[in-house]
Amino acid sequence: MTVSDVLLEARDLTRLYTRGSEAIRAVDGVSLTIRRGEFVSFMGRSGSGKTTLVNLLGCLDNPTGGELDLAGRKIFGEGKPLGERDLTRVRRELFGYIFQNFYLIHTLTVRENVALPLAFYRKAGVEDEVERLLKMLGMEHRMDHLPGQISGGEMQRVAIARALVNRPEILLADEPTGNLDTKRSEEIGDILQELNRNGALTIIMVSHNPDLARLGGRRIEMRDGRAYES
Amino acid sequence: MITPFQIACKNLLRKKVRTCLTLVGIMLSTWVMVSLFGFNEGYEKALNRDIENMGYQLMVMAKGCPYEAATMMLQGGKGLRYMEQSMVNDIIKEPEVEKVTPILMQAYFDPNKGESGGIAGYFGVDPASYPAMKPFFRFRAGGWFHDPAAAEVVMGYEAAELEQREVGDLTLVPEKNVQLKVVGILERTGTQDDGTIFVPLKKLQQIAGTDKITTVGIKVKKDADMAKLETKLYQLKDVQVVSFSQVKQTILKLIATARVMVLSIAIVAILIAMVGVINTVLMSVLERVQEIGILKTMGAMPGDIFLLVWTETLIICSVGGIAGIGFALLFARVTDILVRRILPYAPGGGLVAINARMSLLTLGTIVAVGLLSGLYPAWRAGRVRPLESIRREG
Repeated sequence: MTVSDVLLEARDLTRLYTRGSEAIRAVDGVSLTIRRGEFVSFMGRSGSGKTTLVNLLGCLDNPTGGELDLAGRKIFGEGKPLGERDLTRVRRELFGYIFQNFYLIHTLTVRENVALPLAFYRKAGVEDEVERLLKMLGMEHRMDHLPGQISGGEMQRVAIARALVNRPEILLADEPTGNLDTKRSEEIGDILQELNRNGALTIIMVSHNPDLARLGGRRIEMRDGRAYES
Repeated sequence: MITPFQIACKNLLRKKVRTCLTLVGIMLSTWVMVSLFGFNEGYEKALNRDIENMGYQLMVMAKGCPYEAATMMLQGGKGLRYMEQSMVNDIIKEPEVEKVTPILMQAYFDPNKGESGGIAGYFGVDPASYPAMKPFFRFRAGGWFHDPAAAEVVMGYEAAELEQREVGDLTLVPEKNVQLKVVGILERTGTQDDGTIFVPLKKLQQIAGTDKITTVGIKVKKDADMAKLETKLYQLKDVQVVSFSQVKQTILKLIATARVMVLSIAIVAILIAMVGVINTVLMSVLERVQEIGILKTMGAMPGDIFLLVWTETLIICSVGGIAGIGFALLFARVTDILVRRILPYAPGGGLVAINARMSLLTLGTIVAVGLLSGLYPAWRAGRVRPLESIRREG
């Protein structure tokens, strides 16, 4: 493994919450390395800290301790938390996100939802990505539909297209099939696997679903805020 | 590709009723504001026009309340005192005086005027000097009197319309039952002259049974010292001098109270509308916390979100403001009628004069105050953290 292969490196990453006088270590000194093109699944029971860890890795939250390097840049570890602007800069450069609840805007068409990130930030050469991604995900016939007119599986496809429109390095998926039936879950799983294999996209996924988690080449189980490779 | 402006428009369309109600609030405030500004400007213009169209700057009349007299002169009324016609000869001698004209004003109760009768005002004017004071008069039909004592009338535009008279018709002086022939009908002037009936001075004196007059209109020479002339005129026995610039100032002072009241109402209306804007935009932000958080995961900076929400405020205020100006223009005549009913004295012509400058000024004020109101909701939206929105899904 060369240094340039390493996309994400966490060292002793910690997230401490306080509830009254009690301190809770949601993430407890996790160290891990993720290489470009890896598909990493995080599993674990509720409250095990998997979502908190992925939020730290995805720069959605500041850790209370430890270090995080992304694409060779030190993100956390300089001693002070990053402000919202700095976190946004990192997020829009490196990440695409999909969530259990899709979060599509119901007054915008499928095409407009996918194009939404480009209204705020646009990497060079992504002009045709909206149509390309929707075609790739089999949604070209639904481009002008509103989210209320398509199925849950289709909504998640739109959310995936939206997450990928700015060509991120890492796709962060938090329970992407949590609201879908088995058939739709398998379809989304296939899409993620395809993106990882053929698109060389690095995927970090949190899932309760063991079948979906198995798609990841690498599985990490979270227990009491600690990470265990399985 | 979708732009932040399109996103803002679509956000507003989500809650159509709420957005519409806010728009109506802004529209009403703007309507009141533009109409108020229009009235401020229009009233003074109309008053100036009325005074300028008098053709003379000073009036000399028998002693009494000068402002009441001046108002009666402008509006018509009863109870004026009389003075000798020879006063004209004394006044014309003054070096500051360019022209003078004697006037006899008479008012008679006409039971056929309006629903329950009304006052018909007659101006006895000297055919030799009065037309020269009013060179801007244009006749719709006919012309001035044929001789200084003819049993003839010249009718103002509205007076002729009201009585349905044409040149050649006969008209009856109420109370006196004297028939006069209509020899001329004036074009509309937009002043009190439109409602006036002019009669040769000698004929009206004959009808009234007097050889006196009520007023002398004085046109002052250009660059003459009007104050000096006023002082000299006050030396004449039992007369008072009314300067129209003083009358104007007094009327404007009286109207100022009404203006302050209307302005207060306009300010309250604006404040209510602005609270409406804050409520609408803030509610919209609070309802969309998750969505705003997700926009941030997509790369929207706090400033982008701030501008997005501010754009929504801008759209509401601009659309509401433009609609308000449109309504103010469309219903300026109705406002005019309502204002006339309230005011003790309203000059002729349009009282509400709305122009592009004041429309833009009002729109600018509404948008500026609206944007100020949108600051807090926009700031709140800009501070939403994506993690909070994701946690909310519960």
